Amino acid sequence: MTLGFELAVALRFLREGRMQTALIIGGAGIGVAVIFFITAVLTGVQGDLIKRVTGAQPHVVVKPPEETVSPLVAGSDEAPRVASVQARPQRLTTIDGWPALARAVEMTEGVIAVAPVASGSALGIKGDASRSVVIIGTELDKYLRVVRLDDKVKAGVLQLEPGDALIGIELAKDLGAVLGDRFRVQSATGVSEVFRIRALLDLGSRELNRRYVYTDLRAAQSLLGIPGRITNLDAAVRDIMQADVVAARLRGQSGQLIESWIQTNNQVFTAIKNQDIMTLLIRFFITVVVALGIASVLVVSVVQKRKEIGILRAIGATRRQMLAVFLMQGVIVGVGGALLGSGLGLMLVSLFSRILRNSEGEALFSLTFDFGLIGIVVIAAAVLGLLAAVLPARNAARLDPAQAIRG
Amino acid sequence: MTQPLVRLQGLRKTYNEGLPNAEEVLHGIDLEIAPGEFTALIGPSGSGKSTLLNALGLLESASGGHYELAGRDVTQFDDDERTQARHDVLGFIFQFHHLLPAFTALENVMLPGLMRPKEKGGPEAIQRRAAELLDAVGLADAMGKKPQQLSGGMQQRVAIARALVLGPRLVLADEPTGNLDTHTSDSIFELLRRFNRDFGTALLVVTHDPRLAARCDRIVRLVDGLIASDEPNLAAT
Repeated sequence: MTLGFELAVALRFLREGRMQTALIIGGAGIGVAVIFFITAVLTGVQGDLIKRVTGAQPHVVVKPPEETVSPLVAGSDEAPRVASVQARPQRLTTIDGWPALARAVEMTEGVIAVAPVASGSALGIKGDASRSVVIIGTELDKYLRVVRLDDKVKAGVLQLEPGDALIGIELAKDLGAVLGDRFRVQSATGVSEVFRIRALLDLGSRELNRRYVYTDLRAAQSLLGIPGRITNLDAAVRDIMQADVVAARLRGQSGQLIESWIQTNNQVFTAIKNQDIMTLLIRFFITVVVALGIASVLVVSVVQKRKEIGILRAIGATRRQMLAVFLMQGVIVGVGGALLGSGLGLMLVSLFSRILRNSEGEALFSLTFDFGLIGIVVIAAAVLGLLAAVLPARNAARLDPAQAIRG
Repeated sequence: MTQPLVRLQGLRKTYNEGLPNAEEVLHGIDLEIAPGEFTALIGPSGSGKSTLLNALGLLESASGGHYELAGRDVTQFDDDERTQARHDVLGFIFQFHHLLPAFTALENVMLPGLMRPKEKGGPEAIQRRAAELLDAVGLADAMGKKPQQLSGGMQQRVAIARALVLGPRLVLADEPTGNLDTHTSDSIFELLRRFNRDFGTALLVVTHDPRLAARCDRIVRLVDGLIASDEPNLAAT
């Protein structure tokens, strides 16, 4: 069966109702453009936020379990009395047998990289200046796959030979040190070592920039007095929004304490989730409004074209053909709106990508011609148009030809 | 005598059947039309002419009685079957031409064929036949024009070509000259007469105009939903 006749009539009907057709395609287009635009802005904003929050942080951290104190139960069985429990101060706890654990974590579904870390607090000293710092000792090649430091280098090179350190830019300022300078790090146990500054990093937050000192694993271990052991495993996951799921999976298979960035930044994560729900609602209602617009225009069109529908039926068009004529009009309007809207949306995105900037003056989102997305929008709009046309098309198909011709 | 093209037996039509305002418009019509016959259907307004025409045209189903069209009992046909029968056997000419304004004259004439192009020999054959017919009604120069660019008489000629494009055996015309001046009416009527002679197409023409009725082969007069008289018109030329 060919659809030539139905398509020809559908197109002529749409062309005949010029203003009506233009208005509804315009309306659908604006709807699609707005959906396009908020999706782009939201993706940009969230991406920026997540990058900021997780910038120098691993997605998932595996730590040894916290040491707890078992409460001492006193009194009789009928009336147990719990003695006051005082939390124990946490010592620097370590993971034993970490290479095996690291392999197990790396094999876990969703995890893409793992790096061992020996971390603890210490004092950075240069001349008269001393600042409290956080030592992060790691194997750099592995660590770079967990946390991207390459885009954070402000000066120097990413290199951690024994005796090398990468430090935050604020810390360098506080210590009055420049690239290539040496400074001393002294741990709480009194051990101290001298490092040469190989790179200055901007880790995205003042606090981190003021405290972080990356060294090689062995140096950190000896400074912290935990030779051969580590304090945590840092891991990166494939889908950052699924970090919680991966963390739960890890929790199930090891006795370690697992923290995901989602847990440690719960407010940010909740805000992102709420944003998602809000935009989903907005998109949903725009879709409903567009569908109602298409449906109402076609309902009116069926009334306007009553006589013509009657004639076509009289000279041999079947109900199914009349149904198809109006369903096609819905699809054509939907697809037309989607194409127009995609164009408008891209224009909006390109305009606002020049206006909306993040705190560092970078564009919040970039203009990407995502043809896959346009394809999806067009197909979705076609389906939407089809659904919107069902009611008017059935009205058209049900028209009694004799009555329709009579007027 | 050859088999009649149309045979109505006791045809009844009631509007709003089963409702308090039900109204029987046709009270039992017996009518036969032979192939190639040129019949006028006359009668005062409200006598049921249009209702009878709609019933004959399978645009409305009857409430009672029997209808045989081209040898087939179409009384119990469902909507799809009636649509197909309209398409295959019948042609329609309405008082107000009823062309589709969005299509050119040629496209309007082609439309019936394009609904099921394969049955009708493909788009090229349909276009050729449509062009021939427009030529035959004297509109060879107006094929690409839209209906609103044509005069009332020209529009009606296009409608006649459309009614004939699929070679129907019976053309039903509801006051085809109702809104045309006398001169134009005459030429339209001549055209119908010519196609009736040339193609052997039977015509049933509802008309108020006694002059036109007088030029048909047979005059059926309907009064209050019943056939009051049915006589051959020997005076017809």
